[in-house]
Amino acid sequence: MSVVKTAELAPAAPRARLAGFLSAASRWRVPLSILALCVLPWILPSQALAVNVLIYGLVAVGYNLLFGYTGLLSFGHAAFFGAGAYATGIAIGTYGVNWFLAMLIGVLTAGILSVVMGVLAIRTRGIYFSMVTLALSQLVYYAALQASSWTGGENGLRGFTVSRLTFPGGVSVDFLDPVVKYYAIMVVVALALWFVSRVLNSPFGAVVEAVRENETRARACGYNVERTKLLAFVLSGVLCGLAGTLSALHLSIVPLDSLHYHTSGLIVMMTLLGGAGSFFGPFIGALAFLSMEDVFSLWTANWQLIVGVIFILFVLYLPRGIWGTLLSWGNNR
Amino acid sequence: MTEGRDRKTLLPISRRTALMGLAGTAGALSMPWIARAQAETIRIGFPTPLTGPFAAEANDQVRSAELAVKLANDKGGIGGRKVELLVRDDKLNAGEAATRTLELIEKDKVHAVVGALSSAVQLAVNEVTRARNMLYVSISQSDTINEIKDFSSYTFHEALNPTMTTAVVAKHTFQKGSKIVFLAADYAYGHEMLRGFKRAAEAIGAETVGEILHPFGAPDYSTFIPTILSLQADILCICNFGRDQANSIKQAVEFGVKDQMKIVVPVLLHNQRLAVDADVFEGVIGGANYYWGLEETVPSAKTFNDAFRGLYQNAVPTDYGAYGYTGVASLLMAIEQAGGTEPQKVIAAMEALKYDVAKGEQYYRKCDHQSVQSVLVLESKGKADMASEADLFKILANEPASESVLRSCSELGFTN
Amino acid sequence: MTFQLIAMQLFSGLALGAVLIMVALGLSIIFGMLGIVNFAHGALFMVGAYAGLYIAGLTGSFWWALLLAPVLIGMFGMLIERFLIRPLYGRSPDDPLLLTFGLGYVLVEAVRIFFGTDGIPFSTPAALRGVVHLGFGVFPIYRIFVIGVVVAVLVCLWIGLEKTKFGLIVRAGSADPLIMRVLGVDISRLWLVVFGIGVGITALGGVLAAPMRNVSPEMGSLVLAEAFVVTVIGGMGSLPGAVIAGLVVGVSVSMTSLFAPEMATIVMFALMALILLVRPNGLYGRPAAGL
Repeated sequence: MSVVKTAELAPAAPRARLAGFLSAASRWRVPLSILALCVLPWILPSQALAVNVLIYGLVAVGYNLLFGYTGLLSFGHAAFFGAGAYATGIAIGTYGVNWFLAMLIGVLTAGILSVVMGVLAIRTRGIYFSMVTLALSQLVYYAALQASSWTGGENGLRGFTVSRLTFPGGVSVDFLDPVVKYYAIMVVVALALWFVSRVLNSPFGAVVEAVRENETRARACGYNVERTKLLAFVLSGVLCGLAGTLSALHLSIVPLDSLHYHTSGLIVMMTLLGGAGSFFGPFIGALAFLSMEDVFSLWTANWQLIVGVIFILFVLYLPRGIWGTLLSWGNNR
Repeated sequence: MTEGRDRKTLLPISRRTALMGLAGTAGALSMPWIARAQAETIRIGFPTPLTGPFAAEANDQVRSAELAVKLANDKGGIGGRKVELLVRDDKLNAGEAATRTLELIEKDKVHAVVGALSSAVQLAVNEVTRARNMLYVSISQSDTINEIKDFSSYTFHEALNPTMTTAVVAKHTFQKGSKIVFLAADYAYGHEMLRGFKRAAEAIGAETVGEILHPFGAPDYSTFIPTILSLQADILCICNFGRDQANSIKQAVEFGVKDQMKIVVPVLLHNQRLAVDADVFEGVIGGANYYWGLEETVPSAKTFNDAFRGLYQNAVPTDYGAYGYTGVASLLMAIEQAGGTEPQKVIAAMEALKYDVAKGEQYYRKCDHQSVQSVLVLESKGKADMASEADLFKILANEPASESVLRSCSELGFTN
Repeated sequence: MTFQLIAMQLFSGLALGAVLIMVALGLSIIFGMLGIVNFAHGALFMVGAYAGLYIAGLTGSFWWALLLAPVLIGMFGMLIERFLIRPLYGRSPDDPLLLTFGLGYVLVEAVRIFFGTDGIPFSTPAALRGVVHLGFGVFPIYRIFVIGVVVAVLVCLWIGLEKTKFGLIVRAGSADPLIMRVLGVDISRLWLVVFGIGVGITALGGVLAAPMRNVSPEMGSLVLAEAFVVTVIGGMGSLPGAVIAGLVVGVSVSMTSLFAPEMATIVMFALMALILLVRPNGLYGRPAAGL
């Protein structure tokens, strides 16, 4: 065995270290994410921004399940985000339900909506799938606009501020305190991330990626492609709905815009920026996007130009997103 | 080489000197604390849509608000304290506005918030401020914030609301027996305007011959106009805002609606008039909170305009811009009279305040904290009648401040 | 509800349909020939209107604007294809969609920087002002002119595609680009020109719409939704489909406005969802490229 050959085959030392780090990160992805999230509010300029990163990070992770891992570009996920938010807000504001039950109601509503939309949308393929999801979510938007006695219409939903989180046993925390609010929401997001990690590691996760890579072959191997797609659709809708419930609790309002396709587009941008098809990617995308937005809008009112240009550059040269590109450097592809 | 140094020489200062030095430093350090507490800047948060379709109005508001702050600071501040305006971009998005307001309260530690242009944004800001006992002066034209559901003792509404503008405009345009057709945008603000006009029409004895709702943001009105023309009305009352107002008026005029009927709007918008030809808007009548032409009759308007001209190279304030000034100025006056920024004292001062900063005397009604103020009725001038580029409107009336054009406290749900 | 009112409403529905066709044509051409969903479509429409505004301001004539703006913006479109879209061929079909999505934001902001955020007046050309009496009602002359232009553009397109050699190559290239390459046709240059034509037609739509709607940086966003609805209903890539869909949607919106005006926009999206569920490829569409 030639020593020279082995030396040529071995990756350069720094890249080997990066590869080692990345594979360790992959194995410990949930604890590492949680660690990063714990320090986030101290690094970012404000806790309110940090909570938004949590929420939109969760949305992007949920969306990524469908877009990055199953390969379906949906332009309608704002509908689930908004549905979760509205259901929670209405439950607390109109019916006086406690926060925990309201969150469950929100997630359930988003789930049901995603089943309905999924069944209708999965029938179509490719570009038509994107268009159908866009059209269906716009219908939800207009329905919410019209049902203004429930949703507040254009003015958004108000009047359901949660100031204390009460737990069984009499314990309660001050939800208005920004630091307490952050960590409370972080607990939920951490649980959700753990859930996503389990799903991706399961056999279902492998089938989902198989469908993305080659749908015909997956079908030939005996997998029910339609059912897989639908399940992925519903799971991602449920996660987006959960993020919506958190957003409702965080902002104490539900804006009508959360149902608009602009929000769907935002979700797509964040996922792509961070790296579709990777676990950490969407979160990093949400962090990057929201930070950029926050920072740039302090410099100029034309921050959308800068963000748009950056997004275009990513699509052209870094289609794997920030994290995805880092991963591929590490793996030396 | 330090090894051979004697211990004593490493501590050249004697212990007594060190102790005195420590005491002196402690004293010196605590001085700025005391001094800072006395001269702490008054911070006012100002969310406004710097990004989006109303950026021009937002920038007008920022300029006017900064004028108010500058005038206060030039006089030595409020009670010796300087005032600082923290402008934030809410991007015309309620969710963004809520986040910015949270940041203003939690990170920037503002003492009060003034601002918002769209109704949704104002309600979002209000929801955040009232839960945290933070004073908020809204300058968004909306009926909703007067209602008890959104009210709190910390909420103040300095701007006009649709009830006021429609009542006054109707008084000067509707007559007994006039036939009126309404074209209204199908969203909360459009409905508020419609409701206000219909209420006034009923009181005057005018007849509603048609009521057409159009989708909010519709670019094309050609499908509604044939119906409007067929109704043979005397007045077309268009209840919408922003680009919708410009588009609907433009297209209605195209179809020749002006030949058959008068066009009336609840609020004649300065920037929308600039977005369309003078001759298209000619003859349209609407209300406003402010127009620079008031300076001929109202002294405080002249003072305001001159200060604005002085700071901004002979520009004049616009209608929406003036809200930035009146909102901040009334708040600063209240803070001065309250002797500080302690919220309960400022609230009491606001409720007792009588102020005349731009258009005559105004005051806040106790039950809903609505600023009772004069309402202008304007008619848009054709190109031939304009004496200068800024001479857009003719003032038909300056209806004096009166609670009679507001909804009653009990109607809004208040029992006090 | 007189006969006259209904007839008037039908006619204005057809006129609205003509505008919708204009707005959807560019999108349909680009998707049909290149397989790209151009999310910057609305923004390019808006850029066309501003280009028309600018040229009309320079030359004082609406007609020069009508002629030159589409050409200029069409050339701009070719630049976009060459430098932004061409690198994406061979990659996922979602990539051009995403890129043009970002491009839309960039164009809107760029226009805001150069022309300001306010709406700018654009008056109807003097020759086309006023109304014409149609027996059952009055109708603006300008809108009838727009119908005329749309018909002319459709005729030119039809002749171009069906009767010329260039049209033959374009149709063949969209049917099977690989074979065309084998046959020695420079498919990249073909797509460059087709993209430019699609963008040019969109810009023409913008200039035509400017006197009717307000010229503002946001005018493109509803147009994008309208264009998608019409293109998807008609079938992406089908020109006859776009025409029929435009008329169907225009009349539907118009008749809905008669009975329930506030539902007019919902009806558009509901139609789209309905048709897609019954015919997943639209009325005349073929399955999406890339599958």
